[in-house]
Amino acid sequence: MTTPTERRDFLRGLLAAGAGGLAALAPAGAGLHVFLDPLRRSGAGADFVRVTGLAALPADGIPRRFTVRTDQVNAWNRRADVPVGAVYLRRTDETEIQALHVVCPHAGCLVDYAPAKDGFLCPCHNSTFALDGTINDPKSPSPRGLDRLDVEIRNDTEVWVRFQNFRVGAKEKVPA
Amino acid sequence: MKAFLGWLDARTGAVTFARRILFDPLPGSVGWRHCWGSVLVFTFLVQVITGFFLLAGYSASTQTAWESVYHLQFETPGGWLLRGLHVVAAQAFVILLGLHLMQVVIQRTYLAPREFTLLLLLVLIPLALAQSVTGWLLPLDQKGYWAARVPLNILAVVPGIGPLLQQALLGGPEVGHHTLTRFLALHVTVLPLALGVVLAVWWYLARRPSPSPVGTVSAGKTSWWPEQALRDAVACLAVVVTLLLLVVRPGFDGWGVAFPELLAPVDPVEPYSAARPEWFMLFLFQFLKYFPAGSEVWGAVIIPSLILLVMAAMPWVGRWRLGAGFNTAFVLALGLGAVVLAGLAFREDRHNTEYQAARRQAHTEAARARELAQTASGIPETGALTLLRADPLLQGPRLFARHCASCHRYEGHDGLGQVPTDPPSASDLKGFASREWLTGLLDPLRVATPHYFGGTRFEEGRMVRFVQKDVAAFDDAQRANLAKVILAVSAEAELPAQREADLQDADAIAAGRELIRTREMKCTDCHQFRVPDEDAIAPDLTGYGSRAWLVDFVGHPAHVRFYGRRNDRMPSFRRDEILDEHALGLLADWLRGDWHRPAPAVVATDQPTQRQE
Repeated sequence: MTTPTERRDFLRGLLAAGAGGLAALAPAGAGLHVFLDPLRRSGAGADFVRVTGLAALPADGIPRRFTVRTDQVNAWNRRADVPVGAVYLRRTDETEIQALHVVCPHAGCLVDYAPAKDGFLCPCHNSTFALDGTINDPKSPSPRGLDRLDVEIRNDTEVWVRFQNFRVGAKEKVPA
Repeated sequence: MKAFLGWLDARTGAVTFARRILFDPLPGSVGWRHCWGSVLVFTFLVQVITGFFLLAGYSASTQTAWESVYHLQFETPGGWLLRGLHVVAAQAFVILLGLHLMQVVIQRTYLAPREFTLLLLLVLIPLALAQSVTGWLLPLDQKGYWAARVPLNILAVVPGIGPLLQQALLGGPEVGHHTLTRFLALHVTVLPLALGVVLAVWWYLARRPSPSPVGTVSAGKTSWWPEQALRDAVACLAVVVTLLLLVVRPGFDGWGVAFPELLAPVDPVEPYSAARPEWFMLFLFQFLKYFPAGSEVWGAVIIPSLILLVMAAMPWVGRWRLGAGFNTAFVLALGLGAVVLAGLAFREDRHNTEYQAARRQAHTEAARARELAQTASGIPETGALTLLRADPLLQGPRLFARHCASCHRYEGHDGLGQVPTDPPSASDLKGFASREWLTGLLDPLRVATPHYFGGTRFEEGRMVRFVQKDVAAFDDAQRANLAKVILAVSAEAELPAQREADLQDADAIAAGRELIRTREMKCTDCHQFRVPDEDAIAPDLTGYGSRAWLVDFVGHPAHVRFYGRRNDRMPSFRRDEILDEHALGLLADWLRGDWHRPAPAVVATDQPTQRQE
């Protein structure tokens, strides 16, 4: 079928493509290796952080927004005690607290407490949530309710929250 | 597939274009010597690719430039390889460009109608050098800063627009945020775009069918694909392998520094006497040495421009037989001249002990900067320079060399490792207030040597007399008591290196404290200790050698608490505002050996020790 010249040329072409590809692989590979470094860094497990005192929470169960401060690594900078996020804290009982992440699981906007709706409203796409964080409107665009965070009362007066972020847009609550 | 290609070609002509590139007959023959074009283009592409990824991790400001490069190189796996490839490929591009230029001239490839083969190469040279200068500043380490500073200053000698151009490039009166943003913008947009366009045109013109240089029209029969393509690919692969070898090379330079170099972040107010341009620019650096003040513009601007002009005229000069000979001789002389000048610069530096010391110092500082950046608290947002300026280990020796070493010594040198020519005229302060240091001070044989009071007005003072007469006559019991006094006085310093020993000897130290006040030991005849004593004529032993004591003492040695009116030549550094509290603290911390030490790393014992201290 093929002449010897054609076969030789085909082989040459193959070798040329191989050598050229290999040559280009070095800079591209070195670059991608660095570029994709974040994928190799797994997020450290979240620790409990002291957010506020128990007295700061109204007894009537109205949620209140608190900034969470902790240590933060930002590439080469390490900063101690800086704001990293926020939570809505609400008393559900004398010694029971509920902590909700302020980030809307739909697209990552920050939700507001809406007293008129007796719940939370996301200003971006109008997702609404009940006070306990569940979706209270079947037409809500959010795939899941507000993310609950582990919360502990320590020494009877301190409110500690295990603060972590979750992947937005997913039906399940997956740590981000 | 065919239908799609036809559809695409009808609308864009892309397929026809690709076909022409791949299968049109080449103007000349197929051969290894035709690989240059592809190799140059490929080296440029390596720069573009690695450059993109570097840019993705770089942050241009005086507080983040060094920090982001540090993060890439030392905290991102493989970052050193990426940066190394970029650095080495940049140098390779300049070298390949120079070699190819010589080839074009010697083989007379520039003859009509191929004048642009040469002219475009000449345009590439200043562009490549501009890339080098702008690129080196970006990490804002000592080397890059000073290597970029010099061309910037040279720019200012260009008559007329020079100073304005310099001001515009700096973006302010000094190197700052805007210098970095401007250099970055030039380095990643305008300059590489210009380089890319010129290279593309140059490559296209080289492929354009035209009469061969020698005059006989010989349209070749072979196409680029696959024969020449294979050669080009192999040549590019060889280039990449060479680059990789150059990056991965083990620490050839003996300092065991990481490659590519990242020196300490620059402190523009501290001198850096190891400032040199990149090695391929060394010949220019050497060349400029021969131009006396006021005539630099000749060496830096006029002569290089004239050389470029002469080369630009080569395609026309080369039409004559003699002209071609002249051209060849000219480029060979240029190449030889550059090699000789670079060799001279290299040789001068080799025999320049000050330069060698400055280089060693630079590497020590680089290693220290890395240590400080790796602490648990990391790099503060004010930048790594904050860490360096607050580091006793870096600043102490500098301060000592500048302010103390005219009289004192530190282990025989000036703190930075240089031995001053004048002999010392005051004590050697290495290990000041440590047990060893005090033992020597109270040794009849050593107290009057230059290590302690020899050379000062106290050479025949009361302390020396006490040690040489009384201590020399001590019996064994008294000598044992003296040893406890030494422990007690040394414990006042609370030296970090003696913390454990002081804890262990707590009983002996307590006994020593009591002994200090006894008539037998005579300390309190002249010194005060714990109890205020208006008659004391010698330095206070309370807290002797502690940080606060040292800061007070160096700040005002003529204070009644210390030497009072009997003070020798020592200046009152704080009272007379020679040094501020911060600097005195750094000096005291350094003398006391109180600085951050990295946690001992788990080092495999079979590793060769690369650093000599």
